[in-house]
Amino acid sequence: MIQIERLYKKYGKVKALKGINLTFNLDQVVALVGPNASGKTTLIKCLLGMVIPDEGRILFDGKDIKGDVQYKKRIGYMPQIGRYPDNMLMGYLFGMMKDLGKIRLKDNFDEELIVAFHLEEMFGKPMRVLSGGTRQKVSAALAFMFNPDVIILDEPTAGLDPLASEILKQKIHKEREAGKLLIVTSHIMSEVEEIADSIAYIVEGEALFYKSIAEIKSESGEERLGKALFHLLQQ
Amino acid sequence: MKLITKRLSIQFDEGSPPFKFLHSIMLHYLVSCSIIILFASFSISAVAREITVKSGTKINTIQKALNLAQNGDIIKVTESTYYVEDILIDKSISLIGIGKPVLDGQKKSNVIIISAPQVTINGFVIRNSGFSNIKDKAGIRVEKCDRVRILNNLLENTCFGIYLAKVNGGTISGNIIRGNNSVIQSGNGIHLWYSNHINIYNNKIYGQRDGIYFEFATFCEISHNLSENNHRYGLHFMFSNNDNYAYNIFRNNGSGVAVMYTKHIRMINNTFERNWGSSSYGLLLKDISRSYISNNTFAKNTSGIFMEGTNEVKVERNIFLNNGLAVRMLANCEKDTFLLNNFLGNTFDFTTNGSENLNYLKGNYWDKYSGYDLNRDGKGDLPYRPVSLYSQIIEKLPSAVFLLRSFVAELLDEAEKALPSLSYVNLYDTEPSMHIIR
Amino acid sequence: MAYGVLLSLSSFGLFLMNEDVTKGLSSLLTVLLIVVPLVSILFTTIYIFNSYEFIELLVAQPLKRSIILFGLYAGVGISLLAVFWIGIGLPAIIFDGTVVSWYFLLSGSLLTVVFVSLAFLASVVTRDKTRGIGISILLWFYFSLIFDGILLMVMFAFSDYPLEKLTILISCLNPIDLARIMVLLKMDISALMGYTGAVFNQFFGSSIGIIVSVLAMLTWVIIPIGIALRVFKEKNL
Repeated sequence: MIQIERLYKKYGKVKALKGINLTFNLDQVVALVGPNASGKTTLIKCLLGMVIPDEGRILFDGKDIKGDVQYKKRIGYMPQIGRYPDNMLMGYLFGMMKDLGKIRLKDNFDEELIVAFHLEEMFGKPMRVLSGGTRQKVSAALAFMFNPDVIILDEPTAGLDPLASEILKQKIHKEREAGKLLIVTSHIMSEVEEIADSIAYIVEGEALFYKSIAEIKSESGEERLGKALFHLLQQ
Repeated sequence: MKLITKRLSIQFDEGSPPFKFLHSIMLHYLVSCSIIILFASFSISAVAREITVKSGTKINTIQKALNLAQNGDIIKVTESTYYVEDILIDKSISLIGIGKPVLDGQKKSNVIIISAPQVTINGFVIRNSGFSNIKDKAGIRVEKCDRVRILNNLLENTCFGIYLAKVNGGTISGNIIRGNNSVIQSGNGIHLWYSNHINIYNNKIYGQRDGIYFEFATFCEISHNLSENNHRYGLHFMFSNNDNYAYNIFRNNGSGVAVMYTKHIRMINNTFERNWGSSSYGLLLKDISRSYISNNTFAKNTSGIFMEGTNEVKVERNIFLNNGLAVRMLANCEKDTFLLNNFLGNTFDFTTNGSENLNYLKGNYWDKYSGYDLNRDGKGDLPYRPVSLYSQIIEKLPSAVFLLRSFVAELLDEAEKALPSLSYVNLYDTEPSMHIIR
Repeated sequence: MAYGVLLSLSSFGLFLMNEDVTKGLSSLLTVLLIVVPLVSILFTTIYIFNSYEFIELLVAQPLKRSIILFGLYAGVGISLLAVFWIGIGLPAIIFDGTVVSWYFLLSGSLLTVVFVSLAFLASVVTRDKTRGIGISILLWFYFSLIFDGILLMVMFAFSDYPLEKLTILISCLNPIDLARIMVLLKMDISALMGYTGAVFNQFFGSSIGIIVSVLAMLTWVIIPIGIALRVFKEKNL
């Protein structure tokens, strides 16, 4: 589905990506894991066309995404921090995004999360009065709304209350069952263990390894993912 | 006893009301006496005959009627078009048009020439005079004669409209003069040369060179005329002293009024407006002295008044509205006074080209004045400097006019208000009025 | 909103305070030339930086970046224009109603879109909000004061040469000067005629001059937003 080939990106003198190669397929939940400033977010932004790589290319369904916007119809994205125009009412935001979404599909919107998070009750409120957590819920709901094939979630549960996290995790499972590709970044290993099939471990702009969780556990002989990763990195 | 003498001396002080009253009674008396004498002389000399010019009758041209006429006769001309050239009126007759007959000069020479005293021309359409570079051709030419009356005529496409040379006494009234708007081929609407005691009123003059032109014309009254769209001046004085003009409108001429090499002119209640152009003025004063300008309105002129070599002129209670420069006073002007004028909406109120000032400003209203009046006497506590710093810069550097109303220009003027020493022009109104003067 | 209230208050105030309409207009011209550019450029810059994350979200949608940028431009531009028309245009037409007030509206509208355009440029070249606002203020300061100040000094330095035609050319380098001259030629025409203004009047007063100056203003709209678009297309969000 997505092939990332020799991707390089520099911000000034700082090298964010150093020739990273990765392949993601449908019917999979991949966790992007790595220390802070390792290039995870840059990678995601490259995938979404928000950052333009210096070198290398990204193929989406075999087609180079450079200069293309059509492939984004098949991607849902939940940013790390969702900020929206202050005076915009939440209901209006959803309406507007739906209008934009009509480019992608007819009227078949996935509003499960809107219902599950009880967002409709707050449709009359402007975005500026909402708490950070509520905004995250909005972002999550928007990411899933268009029934995309690929869903990218940047730190999805950070800032969400336990109940909301649980709802989101269940949603991730459900989409996984539906055969979609989900790419998630997270620092919480228990969460990764819960939702992901495989881990791409990224350090200093390169993929250190890209293995399934089962593989990692068996290689290290540890039962808990956190310890297994620690063990693996010690080698 | 002492008290009485004091009172008497006051009463006979010139200009006090009782004296004026006496004066006007004497005048009325004189006038009525002379009217009676004149009337008597008419009725004694002859019984006025009437001669009618009419096509199809024996007398079918004006010339035939003139040949038959004697002094004092009335020639009535019926409605028709008469093709004429240099009709010479050398008898004291009245030529009256019935139903606006047309006298067409066929573009040859003058249309009418008057050389006898006491001639009246009333109610004609006079058109198509000739044009010559050497001799001035006119619709009505009056030469060396007295008490002419030119009334209610329409002059069209004449080089000069009404031309008076060495005429003593007369009335020009109710005429409409429409020039051909040509810069080369048009003369003046009403032209006076070495003439005096002429009353010019209720005329309308368009499209000539000068609307009204005075050269060595004295003791004349010009009032209630409209002079518009003339390509040089609306009214032009040269060497013509002791004239009055009042209640006239001078609009959209090359320049409004030019008064040159002259003294003792009274200019009252006139309107000077929309005289636009790169060297255009509402009123141009050049080498004039001891004159009086009062209650006039100067609106939307490039320069309201332009003064050069002007001395002892009193400018009082005029309105300067929306002019580019309300007053431009060159450094060679002396002892002129500006009192109780309103300056409203002018881009520049005052400009000058020198730094020394020998003129006097007091009690005018300036809409740009931003001073205060703590003692509430209606006069600003700080003097007003009408020559702004920015206008002084333009004086030195004309292309700086490009920055008019820019932030830079505003800052310069604000700086000058804070630090008056920045300004080098020594001209100010000592008691600027806080309110519009009505 | 606050901008709208400020503008309409100031214009109604200026008209009501002055007995003479022309004086109200000339005070309003100062507002037009100083406040309108400042508020346009600042409001737009702040708006763009405040909706940075929202722009990110939009970029992640299947939308071309040019469409996003022009959408933003249209949104900000139209709201600022509406405020300007209500705040200054309406009072000017109510109280004055002559051709001058229409020129007011025209040049003010052009100024608004020019400075929105410049604001896009300022906010696209940097990611830092403070720097972006700084650049905006500098741009405004340059066009409203420094440019003319330098021009005045240059005029003094070369006062022996005929500079009128050159200044016409130079005026095209400053949108505020262009806007000012457009209004000036209708409002202060009599003063301009008095000086060498004849040259300006010949040029700007003619219909060709008006067309050229409008075109020059439009160039001032297109070039900054064009550069901004180029940068934005390649920009890493």
